[in-house]
Amino acid sequence: MYEISRQDEITAILKTVDDPELPSVSVYDLGMVHDVTVQANEVEIKMVPTFAGCPALDFIEIKVKRAVEELDWVHQCHVKFTMEHQWSTDAITEKGKEELKKHGIAPPPENYQPGDEWTVNCPYCNSDYTSMENVFGPTACRSILYCSACKNPFEAMKPVVQPLHLK
Amino acid sequence: MERGEEKMSHVVETAELAKQDATYLQALTELLFQLGDDDLLIAFRGSEWLGLAPHVEEDVAYSSITQNTMGHAVMYYNLLEELGIGKADILAHDRKPQERRNGIYIEKRNGEGNYLDEPYYDWALAVVRNYFYETFKKIKLEAVANSSYKPLANVARKVLMEHPYHLAHWKLWIKQLSNSTEEAKKRIQDRVKEAWEEFEDVLELGKHANDIRSFGLVSIGEEEMKDRWLDEVKSVLADVPEGSLGKKYGNGRNGEHTQDLEQAIQTLAEVYNSDKTAAW
Repeated sequence: MYEISRQDEITAILKTVDDPELPSVSVYDLGMVHDVTVQANEVEIKMVPTFAGCPALDFIEIKVKRAVEELDWVHQCHVKFTMEHQWSTDAITEKGKEELKKHGIAPPPENYQPGDEWTVNCPYCNSDYTSMENVFGPTACRSILYCSACKNPFEAMKPVVQPLHLK
Repeated sequence: MERGEEKMSHVVETAELAKQDATYLQALTELLFQLGDDDLLIAFRGSEWLGLAPHVEEDVAYSSITQNTMGHAVMYYNLLEELGIGKADILAHDRKPQERRNGIYIEKRNGEGNYLDEPYYDWALAVVRNYFYETFKKIKLEAVANSSYKPLANVARKVLMEHPYHLAHWKLWIKQLSNSTEEAKKRIQDRVKEAWEEFEDVLELGKHANDIRSFGLVSIGEEEMKDRWLDEVKSVLADVPEGSLGKKYGNGRNGEHTQDLEQAIQTLAEVYNSDKTAAW
């Protein structure tokens, strides 16, 4: 019981650590937390990077470490990025998707198949009358789109999934 | 069944285990330098285009691809660091040209001038080079996705999830320019011809090719990689040059390079060289 509640405490903390590029969306809800191990007063957190070339990874590591070490009982928290498990956009939680929308970023399309073209609804007015302006956006994980219904530019998370033949 | 296939079932899970066999370690190190150095150099040439691409949307796209590709290079250098070969930053900044393993065509200058002063860069070269390279990168990564070295296979699988966006971008460019004005067609065609004479070493695995293959570090050999690459680009190019591929300036996989690599290293390591002991 005691260990489980400590795990829960860590999870609660991770839900408050936001991605530096996406304020209000936590690293937990983005699906970046792979594994949490608690051994007495030591915590080890294995995380998976979203995009490999994301320059925010070092900041995220420091933010997570500091936040967890705020807990009285934690002497030390080790954060490690692992490649053993590959992040995909399917790992984003429902809460994560809602928070992305509030930020003007459409969540990635559901059930995306590798290689398919994709569309998403506008995060502001939910219209499907949208067009892709640039697959590449301000960060590696985002694209730039335009909504012809409410005349707003917006962003969307690019779908990232394992190619079928490697699944 | 090709030679070495039975070895492939022997999966090496960690850097510590890989270090126990000197021949395996050497073959693995060579392969990692090829992967890391190719991505580093193509990303460096891409970074020189920053602010100079034909239009602003392209500038966003190309710099995003470039930044991500640099991130791929970092992962290979990190794997080398885990193997005790050296610190990742030093491997990227502080190796002599003869220690570099990128294909020679990848290091080629973007055009005349430099990015600070009269950058007469050639967009046709950027399109042809990136299309050829990204097509090759997919084939090589798929061969590495089932590598006997598990940490490398994991990285390859990660990169393959992001790479379709890179390849699709350059494939679109080469298709559109090949169906564009006479001038565009000719510029693309001239750069394709040039690449045909220089690209071959990119498709090769260097002097440790046999070990790389027989240890199951890759699941297909260099001949098959070359065939797959030719099939793919021939299905997209409007005009395929006659004759076979060449390596006009030598073989980068064996440490042969041109002045262009020296210029690249000098520029990309300028800040690093100004204070090698600085903490970042």
